[in-house]
Amino acid sequence: MNWNAICTVYFKELTDTLRDKRTLITTFLIPTLVIPGIIFGAGFVMTKVIKKAQTEATSVMIIGAENAPAIAAGIRENEKFQVVDAAEDFKEQISNKVIRVAVEFPAGFEAGISSPEAPDIIIYHYQGEMKSSMGRGELRSFLTNYRDGLVADGLAERGLPATIAHPFNVESQNVAPPEKVGGNAFGGFVPYIVVILCMTGAMYPAMDLTAGEKERGTMETLLCSPVSRVNIVLGKFLMTLSASVATMALSLIMFAVSALGAAKFFAGGGGGGGGAGAAGEGGGFMMLIDPWGMIGVFAMIVPMAVLFAAGLLTVSLFAKSFKEAQSYVSPLMIVVILPAVMGTLPGIELTWKTALVPITNLSLVCKEMLSGVWNWHYIAVIFGSQVLYAALALWLCVKMFNRESVIFRA
Amino acid sequence: MIEVVNLTKTFKDKKRGVVRAVDDVTFRCEPGQIYGLLGANGAGKTTALRMIATLLKPVSGSATVAGYDVTKDGAKVRAAVGFLAASTALYGRLTAREMITYFGRLNGMADAAIRERVRQLADELDMHDFLDRKCDKFSTGMKQKTSIARTLVHDPAVMIFDEPTLGLDVMTARAIVRFVKDCRDRGKTVIYSSHVMSEIEKLCDRIGIIHDGQLVAEGTLSELQQRYAETDMEEIFVKAVGGEAALAAAIEKQL
Ligand SMILES: Nc1ncnc2c1ncn2[C@@H]1O[C@H](COP(=O)(O)OP(=O)(O)OP(=O)(O)O)[C@@H](O)[C@H]1O
Ligand SMILES: [Mg+2]
Repeated sequence: MNWNAICTVYFKELTDTLRDKRTLITTFLIPTLVIPGIIFGAGFVMTKVIKKAQTEATSVMIIGAENAPAIAAGIRENEKFQVVDAAEDFKEQISNKVIRVAVEFPAGFEAGISSPEAPDIIIYHYQGEMKSSMGRGELRSFLTNYRDGLVADGLAERGLPATIAHPFNVESQNVAPPEKVGGNAFGGFVPYIVVILCMTGAMYPAMDLTAGEKERGTMETLLCSPVSRVNIVLGKFLMTLSASVATMALSLIMFAVSALGAAKFFAGGGGGGGGAGAAGEGGGFMMLIDPWGMIGVFAMIVPMAVLFAAGLLTVSLFAKSFKEAQSYVSPLMIVVILPAVMGTLPGIELTWKTALVPITNLSLVCKEMLSGVWNWHYIAVIFGSQVLYAALALWLCVKMFNRESVIFRA
Repeated sequence: MIEVVNLTKTFKDKKRGVVRAVDDVTFRCEPGQIYGLLGANGAGKTTALRMIATLLKPVSGSATVAGYDVTKDGAKVRAAVGFLAASTALYGRLTAREMITYFGRLNGMADAAIRERVRQLADELDMHDFLDRKCDKFSTGMKQKTSIARTLVHDPAVMIFDEPTLGLDVMTARAIVRFVKDCRDRGKTVIYSSHVMSEIEKLCDRIGIIHDGQLVAEGTLSELQQRYAETDMEEIFVKAVGGEAALAAAIEKQL
């Protein structure tokens, strides 16, 4: 190894890459324009949708209103509900979002209330549909309140204290400091984004510096120089790594900045009601993320960036042209995304088994670190295995570069 | 000086099996001389020259360049060699000056020395007009001049040219040929490969005819003329490779 030679190669590749429009687009344009665009766009849409759903009255159909005239009148009077005429096809109407929910009172409901056999009320809703779920919640709390009123009246009539129905109260209190809440909400998401960005950032230069050079015929020119091939590979590798880390860092910074900006923007314009939207909440959480957790994530990411850079260089080295390299590298994106997604799934926890699955382990340990859990045994094992994989990939890359059947593939 | 002894290179090819691209080739090339390698397409010229420039490793035999063995002292050999081929292109996004400077640095030269050398080469090759423009936009002639400056930046004792006039117009080709002669006159050891008979005939002090990986004839032009009792280089070539049928058979094998 000769640092002078490595630096010479590195700085030349840096100049060359910075003049390449295609690399600049993936490295700088996507983080600085696309990410804020997505966040503001999503925030805008979310805020609008949620606000509209909240201010609009819930359209509800009452089936068998004559069986429960008092409750039906109560629903009609409540301004939260907009009662629609009863119809046979209420289920279709819910499915087609014509109405949000329907409520059914069985025959003899009013009479059955005071009988030992309590009658049922059925709420029809469409699970997973936001407006329908909101309507169901509102209807439920209306009916529960109504029932509590009946209970209280009954007790008072018999001269009994109200505590018979409510012998004790249940309250819950959050002990997690705010940053831990942020960590849990964002912990799964951050590593996933980081893994993808790491890969995207390295992809383009890795292909350009190997297959691209072969295609343009500059590889042979470079190999004519007295610099040994190890130094050439390391220079190219460092360039790829820089692009990967730069893309990731830039994207994260832009993500944080625009999430904060979006939070301010939508909270300011939203005016209470909790309608600031997902982006707004995201911004709030970003502020609360533990900086030590963030540093931990970066420390864990470095060996993975090395692994990606070296791996992508090795794979692209086999290709004779940029196009061919793309056809090898694109499927790798999926190979990387799947384990990253695994780590974000609820219920998948860090165990000795999952700690050995590459990329998934990183996702999981980052999630923990961001929520303030520092499980040093796992961290050591995962970091160690990452370093090992990274070293292996780099070694393989150097080895391939020394193989003439790879460099001079006919 | 270049000394090639029993140099052999084989490739594994899916369709053709094991290809003996260079087969037991032996020759010598002295300083102040141009050695011409003449051969048809696929004869093995590029493979032989790549082994001399240490880009490929021989499977057997040896080559010594400026006193260094190509397999043991690769870096020292490359430091003594300037290699110019159709397959050694320029970095399109760099300017000519940056290109030459990069190769100066790769050769371990100091920046001040490189600056001086660039000025000198630009004078000699008349490159000042386009020295600070990107290579992408160059004409073929400008590219070739920049490539020559790139091979010469470290003032190597040995120059290897692999079909340097391929695809060039007459004017540019003549400029290259003049430049190759210049190298010889400055006492450099020069190897020049081509399949153009007239070029080899005019330029080279010694000629080696390579056919199907083997060096089938070697000598000065007059020696070859005597041996084959022909004056025309093309006739000599056809006779040396064993007649037109043999030539056609070798080209057939490529496909
Ligand atoms: N990397 C490689 N892998 C497999 N076979 C190869 C490789 N490089 C060259 N060959 C084969 O070796 C033989 C010699 O090729 P070479 O390029 O040395 O010929 P050449 O004399 O330079 O021809 P040309 O005039 O076309 O440049 C050919 O049959 C070629 O197909
Ligand atoms: Mg050739």
